[in-house]
Parts: sequence; structure tokens; C-alpha cells
Amino acid sequence: MGAIQGFEIRRSSASLHGSGTQIRTLPVVAKYIDTSTCIGCKACEVACQEWNDLPVAQTEQVGTYQTMPSLQASYWNLIQFREVDYQGGVAWLMRKDQCMHCADPGCLAACPAPGAIVQYQNGIVDVDPEKCIGCGLCEPGCPFDVPRYSATNAKMSKCTLCVDRVEVGLEPACVKACPTGCLQFGDKDTLLAYGKHRVEQLKTGGFAEAAVYDPPGVGGTSVITVLRHGDHPEWYGLPKDPTVPTTVSLWKRILHPVGFIAMAAALFGTLGHFMTVGPKKPKDTARTSGGEV
Amino acid sequence: MASLAATFGRGAMTNGWVDIKNADVVLIMGSNAAENHPCGFKWAIEAKKVRNAKLVNVDPRFTRTSAVSDVYAPIRPGTDIAFLNGIIRHALATGRFHEDYVKLHTNATYLISEKFGFSEGLFSGFDEATGQYDKSSWAYEADPTSHAYAVDPTMQDPRCVFQLLKKHVDRYTPEMVERICGTPKDEFLKVADVVTSTGNAQKVGTIMYALGWTQHSTGVQMIRAAATLQLVLGNVGRPGGGVNALRGHSNIQGATDMAGTFEILPGYLATPRSELTDLKTYLEKVPPTTLNQQNWASMNYLSNYPKFMVSLLKSAWGKAATKDNQWGYDWLPKTDGNYSWLYLFDDMYRGTSAGRAGGTEPGPEGFITFGMNPVGIGPNSSKMINALSKLKWMVVGENYEIETATFWKAPKEYGGPDSSQIQTEVFQLPCSGFAEKDGTFTNSARWLQWKWKAIDPPGQSKTDQEVVARIFLAVRDLYRKEGGALPEPVLNMSWAYTNPVSPDLGEVLKEINGKALTDVKDPKDPTKVIRKAGEQLAGFGELQDDGSTACGNWLHSGVYTEAGNLAQRRNNADPTGLGMFHQWAFAWPANRRVMYNRASADKDGKAWDPTRPGIVWNGEKWVGDVPDIKPDSPPGQFGAFIMTAEGVARLFSPSLNDGPMAEHYEAVEAAIENPLHAKVTSNPVSMGLLKKFKSDKDKLGSRDQFPVVCTTYRLTEHYHYWTHHTAALNQLQPGFFIEIPEALANEKGIVNGGRARVTSARGSIEGVAMVTKRLRQLKIDGKTVWHIGFPLHWGYAAEEKHIGPLANFLTPTALDPNTWTPEFKTFLVRLEKAEGKVA
Repeated sequence: MGAIQGFEIRRSSASLHGSGTQIRTLPVVAKYIDTSTCIGCKACEVACQEWNDLPVAQTEQVGTYQTMPSLQASYWNLIQFREVDYQGGVAWLMRKDQCMHCADPGCLAACPAPGAIVQYQNGIVDVDPEKCIGCGLCEPGCPFDVPRYSATNAKMSKCTLCVDRVEVGLEPACVKACPTGCLQFGDKDTLLAYGKHRVEQLKTGGFAEAAVYDPPGVGGTSVITVLRHGDHPEWYGLPKDPTVPTTVSLWKRILHPVGFIAMAAALFGTLGHFMTVGPKKPKDTARTSGGEV
Repeated sequence: MASLAATFGRGAMTNGWVDIKNADVVLIMGSNAAENHPCGFKWAIEAKKVRNAKLVNVDPRFTRTSAVSDVYAPIRPGTDIAFLNGIIRHALATGRFHEDYVKLHTNATYLISEKFGFSEGLFSGFDEATGQYDKSSWAYEADPTSHAYAVDPTMQDPRCVFQLLKKHVDRYTPEMVERICGTPKDEFLKVADVVTSTGNAQKVGTIMYALGWTQHSTGVQMIRAAATLQLVLGNVGRPGGGVNALRGHSNIQGATDMAGTFEILPGYLATPRSELTDLKTYLEKVPPTTLNQQNWASMNYLSNYPKFMVSLLKSAWGKAATKDNQWGYDWLPKTDGNYSWLYLFDDMYRGTSAGRAGGTEPGPEGFITFGMNPVGIGPNSSKMINALSKLKWMVVGENYEIETATFWKAPKEYGGPDSSQIQTEVFQLPCSGFAEKDGTFTNSARWLQWKWKAIDPPGQSKTDQEVVARIFLAVRDLYRKEGGALPEPVLNMSWAYTNPVSPDLGEVLKEINGKALTDVKDPKDPTKVIRKAGEQLAGFGELQDDGSTACGNWLHSGVYTEAGNLAQRRNNADPTGLGMFHQWAFAWPANRRVMYNRASADKDGKAWDPTRPGIVWNGEKWVGDVPDIKPDSPPGQFGAFIMTAEGVARLFSPSLNDGPMAEHYEAVEAAIENPLHAKVTSNPVSMGLLKKFKSDKDKLGSRDQFPVVCTTYRLTEHYHYWTHHTAALNQLQPGFFIEIPEALANEKGIVNGGRARVTSARGSIEGVAMVTKRLRQLKIDGKTVWHIGFPLHWGYAAEEKHIGPLANFLTPTALDPNTWTPEFKTFLVRLEKAEGKVA
């Protein structure tokens, strides 16, 4: 499957501009995750897997409620469980980990393959497997440790925000499956306003530092997250102030105008890597220490 | 459910799932609702988001529910009565209770016999020899002149229920709660403050509970304590209030409604005992009788018992049931003792029913089990396995080859006989799963909801109704050909289905609803026919005791009327704005969404809180929800609780076996001496019943040998013992684990992901250690008492990589003395580090 035809492309990897007329503007969409009402039931994990035809994973109980240590090439949606000391007791934090769909996507900036990573006008960041060369450069480009290399098809993969559903007016599969309504999908401005309301509610309810996580360092994200402990995003496994790595932004801002040279170099490098050491190894999937942070 | 019936008159969730959104305070205790009822839990979240409701959670573990609650307090397993009585004390001591409600809608003003008393852990009337109470001293006092209930409207008389309750709970100070429960005093008081903030007309709070309360030797009394608390706060019958029992399976409410246990017939009519030899005696002894009308009169709706019973008999035996043969009453099996789970398996194991109350028969030689997994779900798995090995034959109707069907090849450690020594012939009948048949689910909110078959059952598997029908028809043929003792109940059984081999469940639902057999006349005007012969009844109000109506379950009547199958309704219009959805499915009784809703209004019929009215009196009739009172009876005519003989709800209830008010007792396997009364540490009535269980398998452990408290539970990711066959769910929770508090693990040298061994007096199991801070170290009566826990989803019949120990290998033969529910939630174990790789 190539890039979605129904949406105009705002930005495209290793290309000077996107496509389309830019006449029609689409509102930026977002997925809203309210961790203060998430019960970690994992319905979203299975819904994601089923909609996207991802295979069932082999896992092992190693002392945690978390399905596996981190996202996988065929597991794009993972509830992370963390125990944190809090006010003499414990807080058990559950956060849905997935692609954040950054407004300034580091993966897209880092990608040397033209059109392999695209950002649609509505903010969704998608991988086009037909154009992906499996080089893995998007991995270090991402401040959230999201893209994964699949040895099966030698491509990168990640959450698409169910762009194929969104294109036909449906919400992402995970949102559809969520039983508590902690997941919502819609226009980003509306959801941000709703998130602010929820944060005010949490503040009066005793969580003075509650906040909506929409980090400006990556231009904001199309996955916005309500946190009870907004002053400690790292408790949830979220970087405190994520930015696109300097090397990647340099590549984008300075080297892009002469992109084809760099691209050729990168391609050459990748090709060289491929020829000498074979395809990139998938991330270590063994569950080393199961203990919740 | 016994507890709610003893308090309010009916044994079911008082309100409903959606109604939880109307609460100001949601107390979840004895339940991990987020884990086990994630879809229904959305309404608790809705209350938080829309009403700013406070979600309060009290649990031995910090759970998925705790993770999203506003206030959490830890508690030692099995000590909930002390905690709840502590809150009641707090409410009464600080005046944070709804006094007008208490006077109007409860028996607070009623006087109790002067023979009643309580001392040293025992209520009056206890017989040491039998271990049972003579309940005659728990009776209401009758007024000497009017012979009606004697009452003191000022609630000052020391013998009135209000004063008795106050005195009873006075011992449960915050300090005592801390000593018993281990909950630090300030954390307890925080919970008590939030919960009692609803003790007035303006606010409403709800309680959600589940098997974390029912599965104790004090389970029924835990729920009694909660019900008493809710009555004191004035929270019953009101939208957003109630005592909400969350059922453990999607259709368990339906199962109990349809006689899921031995002591009840459909609609909770009592199974006749052998001494009730004729219908007349049964109808004299069983329905509650009421004293003369005082205060408010009771409608005592159960005075309609004869109509329900005769219509049930007519539905069973049709034309063969006549007035002359007492509508076939003689054909109903009569019980001679207790046939609940532990008793049944005890008989099976010992090969005789001798030695238990009333039993003189040999033990069962055959066993039919559908949709259950006795080896997994019964306590003391080794006893279950050994019991089955004594049978001649067993029929298992299942969609998987479960542990029960393969009990004869259970791993050695379960202590069953070698398979060469087992003579039991096992027949496994492949049955359809829930999505492979249509029919209804009755949820916790008492909604009968029709579901449509999604796919055909695979291979040769058949629906349960076809399997049952084929067995019935074959047995009937045998009786026809060969005769036998008492063939009438089988030969005369009404079986009027279009396809007798596989009855259509729509037809069965019609039968349950009931129909007129001959024209039903208006009792006020016999010239008027209210229901023509052959028509479906509109509801149980049309039932008759003269054989003119047949009804398979009076409570469900109204579900399939002349208007069609109302369980199939899916209209989500909600004119009340309170989430009542009267045109969605059908809620028993009579499509009422909040039971006891008369109590949502004051003495004049005005809503306590006009923004959340249940029903209100408009001058002519009650409007709002379907009224739980005669619709045109003006305020003051009848009491709000029409199913009790008093017409009010009971703070003091004489109908349970172990006390009229809830008292804290330790579990049967007690971790400490009872700080309130050391001589009576555990529930004395439970201990009395246990004297009957004397086999070599009925071992109890002492706290010296087994110092750690243990509890069992379920996980979101799995459904009971079935889904360890489902790959997608196995990936989410691949195997058995033991949750261990961090400090205890450190003490024992157990690391997260390493192996641990848990041993009770019954058995020993091993699994992956999950070392966590979510289980806290609690100081109990001055010393540390640790608690651990593990989920129950695994067994030896799972997919190869997902085999795990049966959790109930460790649980004891111990039970509640009212419902005979096993005590799965508190028992004693020893914890050790086990060898093996760290994952």
C-alpha cells in the first residue's frame, strides 16, 4: 500500500515539498489520551493488532502487567505500566505508547528515501513501505523511540493513526475499542480545549501539576496526553522536553537544499552497511528486566 | 445476593450500570471493577468527568481501579466489616447521616425483643453444640395494644434498631479499624469523610462490590454492612445510589434468576424442603407474613406467592398440572439437606451423604457439568479431582477440553489417584460458545438483552439447549418404554416447542414470560377480560393462582409480551436524562431501572434531590422511573420496600444465619486473634458448619505454620479458565504469577521475574514472582502481617506454553453460612523463594 490517496501531503521525506494544490485546508487531527482515566485494559493493543493485520506475539511473564518491554515492528500500540513512589504510597501509571505524530517529525526529517515518510495535511505521519528502504535512520531521528525495523520485510513500521480508517471518516481502531473513553479522536484544537478542561478538573481534584503533554520542541504532536503528574512526564516514559536531534535538524535545514548529494551519500552508506553486515537487526526483543520502573 | 434480599427484599444490583454516572461518590470495595468490569466501569469514569464525582477505592492491592481513583486506602484481606462499621460509626457520631430518610424508609424506629443481646462476639441464641443460632430473640417487638410493630419515632429507646446499631458499631473506632484492617487511621478517616459526605438529601453515593466481598466466610455480612451504611446515608432507591453487586460473568444474574442454585426455583421461589409435603403447607410456611399495619403498611408483595408458584407449575407440566393434583407440586423434587457446591463434592468424595444435615443417601454416582469447570472453580482442587474419580460417569458439555474433562490425567502434584485406578467414564460433548448461539444475557443491571448468533458452532458441536433437549427426550423415551419410579414428572413435562430436539430460544423466552391459558378476568370486575386465552402476559401483575396462567419465571414476566421480544429493544432514547433507557432491552422487575425507587422521594412524594428524581408523586400517580410501588397509591399509604414484610429496609435483619447486624470475624484461617473478642475469632456459624467437613482433604492451616495472608483474583486480559486457549489474550497475559510486596520479597530473597513457591495446608504451587510496591506492609494489631495474591486463570488443560497451576489448589474448604460460597479471598500460606531462572 502506498501513501493514502485521499489526503494531500504536507511534507514528504527527502523531498523539497509535499504534493497537492494546498487549496483545500484540512484541520489537524489528534488522538487524545487521558492517562487519568486509562485502566490499562489493553483493548487498544488488540484492536490495533487486528485492524492492522499484525501477527500475535509470543510473550513471557517476567513480573509485569506490561505485554512486552517496548514497541515492536509488529506491535504499534503498547500500554506501559510503571510504579512510582508518590506521597508515601505508590502511583501505578499506565500510558499508551505509540507514534506521537509530531508536527515536526524527526523521523521524516531523518529519512533519506524520497516519499517513504509523509506527513499529510491533517498532521498524520505515515510510512510508505513501497518507498521505505529499511535503512533505519528514522529510529535515531525520533525522540520518542517509536519506529521499528522489521526483519520480515526489511521495512520500518509504526502506528499510522489508522490513516486508512481516518480517510473514510472512522476513528482509529484503538479509540473505537477503548471502554472508558480515555481515548478520543478528532480535531486537535477541540481536543486540546477538552484536555485543558480535564486538567483544570484534575487540579481541583488534588493534582496541582496536571497538564496536557503536547511538546513544543517537536512542534506539538497529534497524540496529546493528559497527565496527572504533568511535571514528571518521565514517570510515564515520556521525554521531558523532546526535540528533533541536532544532527537530524542540521541535515534537514542545511543539507536539504543539497539533499540529493547527502541522500546519495546516505544511500551509499546504507548500501555499504547492507552489503557488509546484512540488514539492520531488529531491536532486542528479549525482556531483560521485567520490573516496572 | 442473600444479603441484599435480607436487607431490601430482592437479591440483585439495586440500581444499574448506567446509573453509576449519577453518583457524587463512588465507593469501590470488594471489587476491582476497572479490571473485571472494564466496560461497565466507564460509568464510574463518566461520573468523575461529568459530575466531578469522587472515586474511592479500598483494596488490599493497589489495583487498576486504584490507579484511577481519587482516594485509595489499603486494607487487610477479609476485614471489610470492621472498615464499614467504622464508617457507619463515623456517620452516626458526626451526624453525617440522612436522618429523615432513616426514620422514613428503614426499620431504625422499630423496637427489638428485649431478649436480644450481643456479647463477646456472639448474638443471643447461639447454640455451641450445633454451631447455629436460634433466631427467635432477634424478633421485632409487637405493640401490646395494636399487635403491630412497636416503634419509637424519636429513636431514643435503647431497644430501637437505631440505638442498637449505634451501640453495635461504637466499638469500631478509627483506632480499632487500624488495629484490625491495618489501614492507617488518617487514611481511614479520609475515606470515611468522603463517603459520609453523601449522608444528606443533596448528595448521593453508590457502592460497587463483587466477589471480593462474597467469597468470604463473612461475605454476606460484609454486604450487609455496606447495605446498612447506604441506608444510614439515605442512598438506597435513589438515582446515583444503591448497593451495586457486579456479577462475575456476563449472564450470572440470569443464571441465578433461573434457579442457578439448589435452594431456589426460577424467580427465587424457594425449593420445597421434604417437610413441606403439600402445596398448601408450602404456601403457608414460605411467603413472609407481616404484622398489622403500623407506620406505613407493607404491600408485602410476596403475598402473591401462590400466583407465582402455581403459574410456574403450570408452565412445567401444562395440562397435566391440575387443581386436584396440587398443580403437580408432588412432582417437584424436595430437598433433604444442603446440595451446594462444597456439600455436593464432599458427598462425592466420601461416597455418602451420611454425616451432613439431613443426608442419608449414597454419594452421587454420576455428574453432568455444563459451562463450568469444577476442577478449576471449586476450592481445594485436590479434593475436587479425587471426588470426580469416585464417580461412575461424568458428562461434560464444553467448547474446550477443560481440566474437569481431563481430571484423570491431572499432574501428580494434585494428589489424584493414578489414572489406571480411575473407573469414571467421561463423556465430552462439544458445545457451542456464547457467540455461536442466540438467547439473552441478563447483566448485573438486571437487563435481559437479546444477543444474536454470530457464527455457527464448529464441527459437530451443538448448542446447549439441543444437548439438554436430546438428553431429556432420550430419558423420556426410556421412561415410556421401561417405566420406573415416579415417571410422572418426566412423562408429563410440557415440551411444546416447534422443534423439540432443539428448542428455539425465542420460544423458551415466551414460555418464561408466561401466557394466559384461559381468559384472565379482572378481579375487580369479572365481566371484563384482561388477557385473552393464548395471549402473552404483559407482566407478573396478570398472574393468577387458579391455573389460568403459566409463567416460567415471574420476575422475568414482561420480557416477551404481545408487543414482541422486548429483550431485543435497542432504542436509546433517554427522556429522563438519567440514563434509564426504558426502551432498551427489558429490566426485571417490570422494566424498572432503579429498584426501591419510592425511597428516592420524601414522605410527601417529593424527590430528595429534584435534579435526580427517581419517582415523584404528581397528585394522582407516581411518575419517572417505573414505580416500585402501587402506581396510584398516595404517599403514606405503603412503605417504600414492598418486598419486605415490614415495608421498610432493614438496618437490623433477623433473616440471616449469622447475625442481625454485621460483626467482624477473622477468616476461617485466621491471621490473628480477633481483637474484639479473642474467644470468638472466626464466624462461629461458619466454624459450626465446618465440623461437618471431616475428610482427610479438609485441612486447615494455622498462622504459626502459614503466616502470610493470601487472596486470589482475576485479570482483565482473561476470562476465567477459558481464554488460556486464545492466542491474542495469551500474548497479553502469558502465564501465572504471584504478586509479592517488595519488602517481603527482599526478606525472602525473591526477585522480580524470579520464581516463588506458595504453600498452604492443601497444596503447593510455584510461579513467576511479580515484586511490587502496590501491596503494602500493614501493621495489624501491632505487628506486621504480610499479604500476597495471585490470579486464577491457569490450569493443566491450557495451550502448551500457557500451562499454570490451579489457584484453587491452595484454597480451603471454608464457607459463608448463608450462601455456602467458598472463602477464596482470604486464606493462609507460606512463601518461599523457588529455584529456577529469572525471566
